[in-house]
Amino acid sequence: MFTSVDDVSARLAATGYLASPAVATTVFLADRLGKPLLVEGPAGVGKTELAKAVAEVAGARLVRLQCYEGVDESRALYEWNHAKQLLRISAGRDETWDEARTDIFSEEFLLTRPLLTAIRGDDPKVLLIDETDKADVEVEGLLLEVLSDFQVTVPELGTIAATRRPFVVLTSNASRELSEALRRRCLFLHIGFPDEELERRIVRLKVPDLDEALATSVVRVVGALRAMDLRKVPSVAETIDWARTLLALGADTLDETVVRDSLGVLLKHHDDVLKATAKLDLDAV
Amino acid sequence: MTAPGVAERLTSLVGALRAHGMRIGTGETVDAAQAMAALGLTDRELLREGLAATLLHGPAQRPVFDPVFDLYFPRGIGAPEAEPAGREDLRDRLAAALAADDRALLGQLAAEAVDGFGGYGNSPEAQGWSSYQALERLRPQTLLARVRESVRARDGASGFTDRLLEDELRRRIEVFRSMVAVEARRRVAERRDRDELARRAVATTPDRVDFLYAGKLQLAELRRTVQPLARKLATRLAARRRRAARGSIDLRRTLRGSLSTGGVPMKPVLRRRRPFRPELVLLCDVSGSVSGFSDFTMLLVQALHDQFSKVRVFAFVNRIDEVTGLLEHGTADPEGLGARIRAEATLTGWHGSSDYGVALGEFAERYGDAVGPRTTLFVLGDARTNMSDPNLAAVRQVAERARRVYWLNPEPRPQWGTGDSAAPEYAELVEMHECRNARQLGALIARLLPV
Repeated sequence: MFTSVDDVSARLAATGYLASPAVATTVFLADRLGKPLLVEGPAGVGKTELAKAVAEVAGARLVRLQCYEGVDESRALYEWNHAKQLLRISAGRDETWDEARTDIFSEEFLLTRPLLTAIRGDDPKVLLIDETDKADVEVEGLLLEVLSDFQVTVPELGTIAATRRPFVVLTSNASRELSEALRRRCLFLHIGFPDEELERRIVRLKVPDLDEALATSVVRVVGALRAMDLRKVPSVAETIDWARTLLALGADTLDETVVRDSLGVLLKHHDDVLKATAKLDLDAV
Repeated sequence: MTAPGVAERLTSLVGALRAHGMRIGTGETVDAAQAMAALGLTDRELLREGLAATLLHGPAQRPVFDPVFDLYFPRGIGAPEAEPAGREDLRDRLAAALAADDRALLGQLAAEAVDGFGGYGNSPEAQGWSSYQALERLRPQTLLARVRESVRARDGASGFTDRLLEDELRRRIEVFRSMVAVEARRRVAERRDRDELARRAVATTPDRVDFLYAGKLQLAELRRTVQPLARKLATRLAARRRRAARGSIDLRRTLRGSLSTGGVPMKPVLRRRRPFRPELVLLCDVSGSVSGFSDFTMLLVQALHDQFSKVRVFAFVNRIDEVTGLLEHGTADPEGLGARIRAEATLTGWHGSSDYGVALGEFAERYGDAVGPRTTLFVLGDARTNMSDPNLAAVRQVAERARRVYWLNPEPRPQWGTGDSAAPEYAELVEMHECRNARQLGALIARLLPV
């Protein structure tokens, strides 16, 4: 799919995703080695966005499995369409039981869920398994077969193997420790906060109307907040929100009043706001 | 560099990482080799990211991986090409690089600094390289004011972001210092056995740092590992509770129900679970000798507050006092927790050294009713009584009343019983476990906590 790491960066950038060298390298390797990519990192640094951008670059369909507590086989893999099966049984009255039985467990009555969808068919696909850490441990076992062999076993139909491997991205906020077996099957990528230079470019790309000097100041303030010991430090998504807010407020430079009034966009806990106000000397005004 | 040489280098890199407790299988090594083939060897930073992606399993391993990588895949060999520069000249250029925040230039200056000022032993072929010495001669921290002025002169001193400048510059200087350290280590590695150095000189992952010997920085790092640890415990406990709630078959009631169907048990009756409310009581030694350990466990306890309805915490040095109130969720900032406990609770009598006998006796006497048949009691401390009476009777008395008692000792097992340690005596009465680092603590707590 990609020819080099630079190619990855350039083509991701064309879709509006600015990748750090680490991100570009790992995406390149995941494609080259044909391995799933496990992406960890704080909320709002663009883990899900990465999958979307890769799908766009590859011209692939994005198949998304959103994990949550209690997600199970029938939500992740496949399910039999019982209603349709019942209809089929009551409609066809003059056939033997054997005929009916083989018929109702055929493709027609199979409801494919994301994992099965991703390995069937020949069109290119990106499989996004979002917030893997939210799912129960049993689901990881389910994922193992899919991730290592790209196949799914349906007892009535046999094993369905992928003819074309999807590009797999798993994301996790590390709220639960993922199993060693799962990690082993994946390339690991930790997306942290971008460095100043990269974040400035991201802000400029997402909020083009913001002028260069203000973008620089925005990124510097966010950098200072991240260096503080806060309960929830602002992420890239919040930096962009803040930049948009400043634009909407018509602020052309940062000063105490503007920062103090809009700090709520960046910080989501009252203690954090108080701490930042004190550290940045905002109450002096 | 020939291909076999590269393969050998990769396997020794993997060996060094394994020696630091990372579990890397052969499969990952093969992946790493494929990654090297795909990326080529020209760009060192790409190679670093590629190997990290294939070999590592979590962000906590990165701080170990980076220095080890620097040893096996050095930026260059031998001394930098530049002319040996004078100290003042180097400081001038460093100030300019800091002002411009030019990482590449800082790296180059770090190499020059080590080459010019880091060598010790008989010149010209120095015997060793010391980042400490290089930094001592260069004193980058004293450049702060100068860099600040030059940045202000360039950008103008007005504006809100100006107040951020000082902290930013401090962080840049910190980056430079670590660059110097990496460079010095690399130069040393050229002379000595690289494998040996990779094992010894690289700091270990935070969850394996010994509580009793952790430095200030490492403790801060440890604190950051507490939050995920507490969350991990919470999910594990929740899973255990869910499994336990499914219950088992009540044979007696099933059989009685089967009477109406002629002895055929049609309906299995599940045993009804009696609501069980485990109580947790912790006794923590917060004296100076185990302060790293106690600070850390306090944080863990604070995290446990979410999981257990009833947690009571007592801290002691030679007197004991309840500190549960100080740990209430959300009120505390973790940094000052240990200090606040020492300031607000009465923990010492006439002297400042720990006395387990008196403290435990006082606990049995004053707070005896905190311990009941539903209580799991944890004692956290090194059991060093400063030669005073260990008061085994008090421990026996408390242990009889509690459901379980566990003692977590931050000292290595071979040291129990040496000097003034009363560990073996206590270990005869209650279950004592060695608990030296965050990894052990996590494993122990998960195993011992009642569901």
